[in-house]
Amino acid sequence: MSQTPSFKTEETGSGFMFSASGDWTVRQAAALGAALDELSAARIRGAQVTFDLKNVSRLDTAGAWLLDRTAERFLAQGLTPRFEGLRGEFQTLFDTVQANRGTCPDTLHDMRPFAVQLTARVGDALLATGAEVHGIVGYFGIFLQALWRAVKSPRRLRLVPLVHHMEKAGFDALPIVCLITFLIGAVIAQQGAEQLKRFGADVYTVNLVAIIFLREVGILLTAIIVAGRSGSAFAAEIGSMKMREEIDAMRTLGLDPVEMLIVPRVLALVLTLPLLTFIADIMGLLGGAVTVWMLLDTTPGVFLVRLQEAAGFWTFGVGLLKAPFMAIVIALIGCHCGMKVTGSAESVGQQTTQSVVKSIFMVIILDALFAMFFTAVGI
Amino acid sequence: MKDEAVIDVRGLRTQFGDHVVHENLDLKVRKGEVLGIVGGSGTGKSVLLRTIVGLNRPAAGRIEVLGEEPSMLNEEERQALEQRWGILFQDGALFSALTVAENVQVAYREHLKMPGDMMDELAALKVRLVGLPIEAASKYPSELSGGMRKRAGLARALALDPEILFLDEPTAGLDPIGAAAFDRLLKELQQALGLTVFLVTHDLDTLYATCDRIAVLADKRVILAGTMEDMMASDHPWITEYFKGPRGRAAGRAQGKPG
Ligand SMILES: Nc1ncnc2c1ncn2[C@@H]1O[C@H](COP(=O)(O)OP(=O)(O)O)[C@@H](O)[C@H]1O
Ligand SMILES: [Mg+2]
Repeated sequence: MSQTPSFKTEETGSGFMFSASGDWTVRQAAALGAALDELSAARIRGAQVTFDLKNVSRLDTAGAWLLDRTAERFLAQGLTPRFEGLRGEFQTLFDTVQANRGTCPDTLHDMRPFAVQLTARVGDALLATGAEVHGIVGYFGIFLQALWRAVKSPRRLRLVPLVHHMEKAGFDALPIVCLITFLIGAVIAQQGAEQLKRFGADVYTVNLVAIIFLREVGILLTAIIVAGRSGSAFAAEIGSMKMREEIDAMRTLGLDPVEMLIVPRVLALVLTLPLLTFIADIMGLLGGAVTVWMLLDTTPGVFLVRLQEAAGFWTFGVGLLKAPFMAIVIALIGCHCGMKVTGSAESVGQQTTQSVVKSIFMVIILDALFAMFFTAVGI
Repeated sequence: MKDEAVIDVRGLRTQFGDHVVHENLDLKVRKGEVLGIVGGSGTGKSVLLRTIVGLNRPAAGRIEVLGEEPSMLNEEERQALEQRWGILFQDGALFSALTVAENVQVAYREHLKMPGDMMDELAALKVRLVGLPIEAASKYPSELSGGMRKRAGLARALALDPEILFLDEPTAGLDPIGAAAFDRLLKELQQALGLTVFLVTHDLDTLYATCDRIAVLADKRVILAGTMEDMMASDHPWITEYFKGPRGRAAGRAQGKPG
């Protein structure tokens, strides 16, 4: 049914005759376009070009566009194009296409050299990071303000959401936190015992487990688990509310989204992350105790005595002290990412991912800063 | 030639579990006409559209589109057939990760080997054709208003110059001026491009402004298919209520037709 499109040109008295035939449709547009480009380059000279279209069997917008583009090029080369044999229905199509031609704006393709593009991207990323930090610090300020208002009139503290988020972010996280920290405690003890045995120092395995777990691993693991579980949940919850304009609706009803959404979430994490960390520490030590009992025959009684020698109050305090700070960072990043969601569902997904990446990154940075600080003050 | 049916549905039954949506439904769409599908909410207008284009499996019956039976074709033939129609979904269903121009170009990239500058110019042509400013071509769907998204969806549906255009409530959610402009655009494009249009709508103004014939969906089948005059002459209670109710009369007066 479909006929291969073609065209030929021949000289006439007053100029050239361009006769087209077949199906001039989008399917053949690429081949036709290439052939037409060659044609206009060299072969035509003369005053008038007549486009004879009476043998064209089908014409669509792409075909009409190709013909119009060719005619335009001839015109630019000083020829006068003229159309002939255009059937009624083709004429309408032709006029419509002619009226609507245009080029996509240049922003569609980046024409700059690669080095410039690279520099621009680095610059953009840097600016974006700056804006991000600025935004989160700003949110911290807004949070403190709202918290201060809540302190002045405790009625404004939303207790129900607070308890709800404490349950979801804290209590519901218990099984996974317990399991993971128990296993990691056991693994650290096992690997430590293996290495220390070579020096005959395997009794120090308890010290190793106690110090590394109480100071670093307990809080880090818990913070990372909470960032993955709750930071992302905050971003997704607030993000989808933002997407459905619920946040705007809140504002118009005179409700403060910061007070309703952000304060309870941040407070919930600030209260529960230390508790979770405490339990994580216990579970890690338990994992270590079970392992050394099995591997080194260190009984729980001996383990406890050695634990008391190895870890003072501050070993434990250092880990726990970090928890509220990390909680604030995780919760603020989650809420901030949620608030950055724009209209589309895609951006909810994007911001949720972003919140996890950013908060885990920040948790580790914060941990490093704390390590330097505690070394400096000597605990 | 004029009465040639491009869509021919006979004895169609569709169901979800026990819930029968269509039973023994017959419908013909003729070449070059705009057929409006009306019916109450939940009567299965969208399901009918989805079934004709093969997104839903019919439980029984025959569906012929452009002389072929989609369910009888192999994968390759089906794809070739699918390229001969375009669909505008209710909210445009644009790919959110792509700009408007890239949305239009998806079909070119996927099905045709076309140089980049040609794709750009053809996409620009389609964008202008549906009445969008050219700047919209490089925007993402989330940056557009609802009316613009509909138009962008139409541009994508028209990418391959289809013979049939399926539209699902194109004017729903548009303001009256935007809706009227969309009606005009649809009619103009239909005439310029020689399209056959299958138009699901709730909008009486759209029916008056664009449709050559109307098919009424009720009681799980098409109870009447015909011109606006046929609708007016019918005494089926739903049709009377629909076309002669206050809104129907107002829309009729606005178009200077009997009502
Ligand atoms: N995927 C599905 N699964 C189950 N039921 C469906 C599905 N899609 C539609 N339906 C049902 O089919 C009926 C018709 O729906 P629809 O075609 O969307 O109505 P409308 O005429 O308003 O477009 C409704 O009762 C709906 O509940
Ligand atoms: Mg519907």
